[in-house]
Amino acid sequence: MSATIDLTLKVWRQQDRSDAGHFETIEAKDISVDASFLEMLDLVNERLTLDGREPIAFDHDCREGICGMCGAMVNGQAHGPESKTTLCQLHMRHFSDGDTVVIEPWRSRAFPVLKDLVVDRSAFDRIIAAGGYVSVRTGQAPEAHSIPVPKNKADLAFDAAQCIGCGACVAACPNASAMLFVAAKVSHLSLLPQGQAERRRRARAMVAQMDREGFGNCSNHYECEAACPKGISVAHIARLNREHLFASVMEKVTG
Amino acid sequence: MSLNAGIPGGPIASKWTRHKSEIKLVNPANKRRHTIIVVGTGLAGASAAASMSELGYKVKSFCIQDSPRRAHSIAAQGGINAAKNYQNDGDSVYRLFYDTVKGGDFRAREANVYRLAELSVNIIDQCVAQGVPFAREYGGLLDNRSFGGAQVSRTFYARGQTGQQLLLGAYGALMKEVANGGVELYPRHEMLDLVVVDGHARGIVTRDLVSGVIESHAADAVVLATGGYSTVFFLSTNAKACNVTATWRAHRKGALFANPCFTQIHPTCIPVHDKYQCKLTLMSESLRNDGRIWVPKDPSDKRPPNEIPESDRNYYLEERYPAFGNLVPRDVASRAAKAQCDEGYGVGPAGRAVYLDFRDAIDRLGKAKIEARYGNLFDMYAKIVNEDPYETPMMIYPAPHYAMGGLWVDYNLMSNLPGLHVLGEANFSDHGANRLGASALMQGLADGYFIIPATIGHYIASERLDKVGTDHPEFKAAEAAAVERTRKLLAINGKRTVDYFHRELGMLMWDRCGMSRNAEGLQEALKRVPEIRDEFWNNVNVPGSAETLNQSLEKAGRVADFLEFAETMVYDALHREESCGGHFREEYQTEDHEALRDDERFCHVAAWEFQGVGAEPRLHKEALSFDEIHLVKRSYK
Repeated sequence: MSATIDLTLKVWRQQDRSDAGHFETIEAKDISVDASFLEMLDLVNERLTLDGREPIAFDHDCREGICGMCGAMVNGQAHGPESKTTLCQLHMRHFSDGDTVVIEPWRSRAFPVLKDLVVDRSAFDRIIAAGGYVSVRTGQAPEAHSIPVPKNKADLAFDAAQCIGCGACVAACPNASAMLFVAAKVSHLSLLPQGQAERRRRARAMVAQMDREGFGNCSNHYECEAACPKGISVAHIARLNREHLFASVMEKVTG
Repeated sequence: MSLNAGIPGGPIASKWTRHKSEIKLVNPANKRRHTIIVVGTGLAGASAAASMSELGYKVKSFCIQDSPRRAHSIAAQGGINAAKNYQNDGDSVYRLFYDTVKGGDFRAREANVYRLAELSVNIIDQCVAQGVPFAREYGGLLDNRSFGGAQVSRTFYARGQTGQQLLLGAYGALMKEVANGGVELYPRHEMLDLVVVDGHARGIVTRDLVSGVIESHAADAVVLATGGYSTVFFLSTNAKACNVTATWRAHRKGALFANPCFTQIHPTCIPVHDKYQCKLTLMSESLRNDGRIWVPKDPSDKRPPNEIPESDRNYYLEERYPAFGNLVPRDVASRAAKAQCDEGYGVGPAGRAVYLDFRDAIDRLGKAKIEARYGNLFDMYAKIVNEDPYETPMMIYPAPHYAMGGLWVDYNLMSNLPGLHVLGEANFSDHGANRLGASALMQGLADGYFIIPATIGHYIASERLDKVGTDHPEFKAAEAAAVERTRKLLAINGKRTVDYFHRELGMLMWDRCGMSRNAEGLQEALKRVPEIRDEFWNNVNVPGSAETLNQSLEKAGRVADFLEFAETMVYDALHREESCGGHFREEYQTEDHEALRDDERFCHVAAWEFQGVGAEPRLHKEALSFDEIHLVKRSYK
């Protein structure tokens, strides 16, 4: 058995979208330092259930840091104190005995709280639907080797394509901007030859949808990059800005 | 009931082409009049929904996650096989077909597997066109690696995140069709029942996981792409929400469950380290390309691994299987690790682990190269175990990972229930008794992009179904049953949590129906499963209400289904008195402990028909014939 610690949790509890919500203090005793943050919440929920209280609702799925389902503000930091780490991959060895841990859902007008730590991130799906793809139908693809991609471009595109859509960038941003999320997809596809045909339309449509969803503007705080579990660089935001500016100018020139 | 797989005639290499040109088509103008329900948005479900929408069908796509992009395909790491032969190392469609049939220990259907190998090349073209950022060489062309026991380099990969990149490609295609109006998306919706009208699958009953509303959806055909059932073991590498509910509910309505005892235990996972654990983490088996597996020769040797000299180490895979060494198929590697630990050679605090050592690879290739190949996996290991695998050998142990069994389907991927089609891991068809590495992604996408869009039209054109509305009594009855079941779960108000029962069941299944099985243990499991199930229905505590987001209730429904499914899995393991692939019956082994197949008695698919909860299911057999590849003993020595 590994060492254990005792914590005091201050957890955001909210019945549903219309409830005002409040913080609840929950003691979390005998937590193994080798447990993950979500395993700690599992244990707390087991105890709450046996005490006849309702467990804390939180989104999670793969528990390997790749599905993007989990996430919460832990002591004011998206996904907690470790860099490049989703909440499911954060381990309790990074906390100390006696700590108070404040746990809140992502905060953003565009991510309404559904219950406790669970938020509605469907705005991200609608942004992707606006143009975050290459419009190729099944079955008409050319031979894969007919589209060579220089390795450096492919690697850069991959860096951007790693986005897991968790929403930490929005939660960390003082303006609740979704620029890093949008930039990651625009950047991924604009760097590849396959993405060229729709390049301008994509940048314009995705940014317009982001605005419609009520996300804020980017004012270069770079909190998004610091919170991103995949370490996606704000350099992609610069690329998005170039793409968008170019697309807007070209729209005026060529209609 | 006779099981007719409907395999087309002619030589194996032209069966699919011929079939496609002979099956019926739906007029383009008529397609929009047909609604198709697709449950699940992993590789199979997302690609199927997108591709059928492109053809003009009205598609309703359901998933339990908050976004289709989160389906568990996203977690696949290693890669996807395709017979492109870009490396000029002798690969071909035939060789991929051969390897897959042999890898599956001759318990898969030849015609299906050949088609899979054939379509593998189209998948790569399709994904590249979508902008999936596969690894590339400096010349800009696609890179390949050898993977999981293959003797050619046919695996395409995207760092350690191949599943993620392929899924995001399919998700993009799906969202494109959402934008085009062809797909209606239902995230955070769980299928609770299949609705069968006049013998045809005509819709589903779902629960909106946010509002709790239970509602019906009618369609001309239902496609299940809901993944596998490895979480029956509680601890597995599957995502927490993976479950058997959709396929089990379809089974209860008449769909046959095929080969449920064929489960895959993946060799390279992070060992269990504590009892609070609820999830095991897999590391891509590509690690076995460069890592060497060993245990100390002396079971009492407690020195740190780096202090154990070469002469005191047993590289048991390299010794026993010199041709394949550390790259033997998953079932062989997993069983060998278990055997070492059972004999007391295991390492780590609980003695349930073996070393996976990169020392020699780092000496040979340099740390930078190893970092480039496996950096993300090493980071993941370090994060969880708190040890640096560049310095100290990793510890690994097998964990439940994939289900080869699933609902029985014919060549058109349709179950015995007309209208119910099953794709990807949820069906049983292509991997036999053991799936080779980098083949799951291939199958999911072959089924979704290329097979179902063709075969669904044949079903719709052949049947000419009357319209059915959700006011039909069958829908109303299924809705009422789902509401009643929910009410019952919430009313028990017992003393144990849902997870307690899931854990109980999981430990029992792992002990008695896991990596190796025997008749005595299986009989015991047959006795225990109903006991756990009875206690569940009398003593589970499901807090909260039916009308809100209630994760305990969601879990309770899934565990209740596992408590029924588990029995069928045990019956299947008991029935199959042979060892093949991932199914190892201790009574049936060679003198040197290799699996002993019995082709005389068991060269068949075992498809089970539901007879009621707790009643022994009825067995139907589909005989397998091997016309192309001779049945041989699978040997990796």
